This record gives sequence, structure tokens and C-alpha cells, in this order.
Amino acid sequence: MTLKNGVLDPQGKAIGHALNGLGFGSVGEVRQGKVIDLDLNETDATKAKASLKDMCEKLLANTVIEKYEIEIR
Amino acid sequence: MKSAVIVFPASNCDRDAATALEEMTGRKTEMVWHRESTLPDVDLVVLPGGFSYGDYLRCGAMANQSAVMKAVKAHAARGGAVLGICNGFQVLTESGLLPGALMRNAGLKFVCKPVTLRVEESQSAFTRKYEKGQSVTFPVAHGEGNYYADDETLNRLEGEGRVMFRYQDNPNGSARDIAGILNEKRNVLGLMPHPERVVDPITGGTDGRALFQSLIEALS
Repeated sequence: MTLKNGVLDPQGKAIGHALNGLGFGSVGEVRQGKVIDLDLNETDATKAKASLKDMCEKLLANTVIEKYEIEIR
Repeated sequence: MKSAVIVFPASNCDRDAATALEEMTGRKTEMVWHRESTLPDVDLVVLPGGFSYGDYLRCGAMANQSAVMKAVKAHAARGGAVLGICNGFQVLTESGLLPGALMRNAGLKFVCKPVTLRVEESQSAFTRKYEKGQSVTFPVAHGEGNYYADDETLNRLEGEGRVMFRYQDNPNGSARDIAGILNEKRNVLGLMPHPERVVDPITGGTDGRALFQSLIEALS
């Protein structure tokens, strides 16, 4: 989950400033987010993805401000 | 006016809210634990400040999943009054009862201080005892009070007279200085500042009294 484009990310900004301060001059915009790892009792990847999408919409992400990506491993 | 305060794990302004309500109404306020699936017969439900469920995932996100919130939503749908203060406002945006979201303060710091607000509307059950344009001082105490909504939503809130309180000196980066908003039906108010902390001069002011007097007049 990361904040949608256009939504101000003050934490990302602070991290960017700190990296610039450490001499990482090439750092431009920084967006901060979070990762949630889930074990799913489901072998069908399509079903797993649909279920995860539902979880993101209902709880894991606040779609007013956040976007999400799903990766199955 | 009969009132109830919802108590989530790690609510910490629940008793302040109850004390303010009891002082103002002269009646006992019901405390309702988050696992309850029904509400007592009340006119007003307060979602108090605090750090419900440790702010896990997002502020208010877990509280919105609690059993009692189904009953709160049903109460709001029937036209019952709901007041969400601070974490309660966060729960209301997470639940969809109010639009937008409350994000990390722009300055990244927890802000705990009295702030001056402008009462933007007196046409509501929550603000009828204030004058439109009046300045009031309520304390804020939050790390995530930075109100966000897209421009279309903000324009609608302003156009429909649903921005109730604005910061005069924005402490958290909130869009258009918004401190408190109403829902479309005008029976649900969410605000970050704490009116329940300013009902007695001993705690630093009485500007919050008119909010409770408004509700008593409108709901009794």
C-alpha cells in the first residue's frame, strides 16, 4: 500500500530530506508505504488474487488515500 | 437528551466525554463496550478520542470492524446523532459515515495544544448555540489529524455548508484548514479538536459547552 499520486506524503518527504542530508543527492521524490504478507489457504492463484483484492478494498487499504498492489509468491 | 459513549480498547477520552455529557445533561451517560451489537435507546452516540486498537493498520480501521459499529451505522441511518471526536472522527471516515481521510500531520509531530477555530456554520444540531463566524478555542491532541479529501469532495463539503469548524492557524496541514465536518444528512459530526475538554473552567475553558447545549436543545 502506498499513498495515491497527488496525496501528500509527509513521511516520504522527511525520508527524502534525510537521505539528501546523508549525501544521497540523487534522491528525488520518496513515497512511503507498507507491505502485508499473508499466508493463504488457497492454491488457485486467480481465486487468491480475487480474495486479496476484496481484502484490500474492505480493510487492508483505505482507497480514499491509498493504492495497492498484489503479488503472489 | 440521552447519550452513550462507545468504548474501544485504548479509547482514552471516553470518560472525559461521559463527564462532559453528564455535567451538561444532568443525566447518566451509557458506556458501551465495542463488543456490544446493540445500543441502548439514546439520542446521541459519541465515538471518543484515543488510540483504538493501538492505531493498528490505520487509525480507526480496526475500530470500524468492531461489532458495535454496525449498531452505530444503523443509528446514524435512522437519523440518530453521532459525534466523533479525534480518534472518533478517524473511525467515522474509515467507516464511510464521513468522507475523506485523516492522515499523518504535515509536520510529522504529535500536536497537543489549544487551537483557535472558526465556527463556519450554526445551522446544525451540533452548532446552533454558536454564532456563525465565532472564534472558539478547543484543545487538539493528535498525530494524524491532517484532513484529506479530493477537490470535488472538498468543494461539495463547502458548497453544502458541511465544513463546521476551521483552524485559524492550521496545526496539521488539513486541506482548506478543515477541523470538523458534517455528513450529508447533517446528523453525524466528526472533528479533531476536543470540545469535551473545555466544558469546565478548571480545565482551561468553556468554549465546548455550546456544542453540548446545541445537542441538548436539538435532541431533547
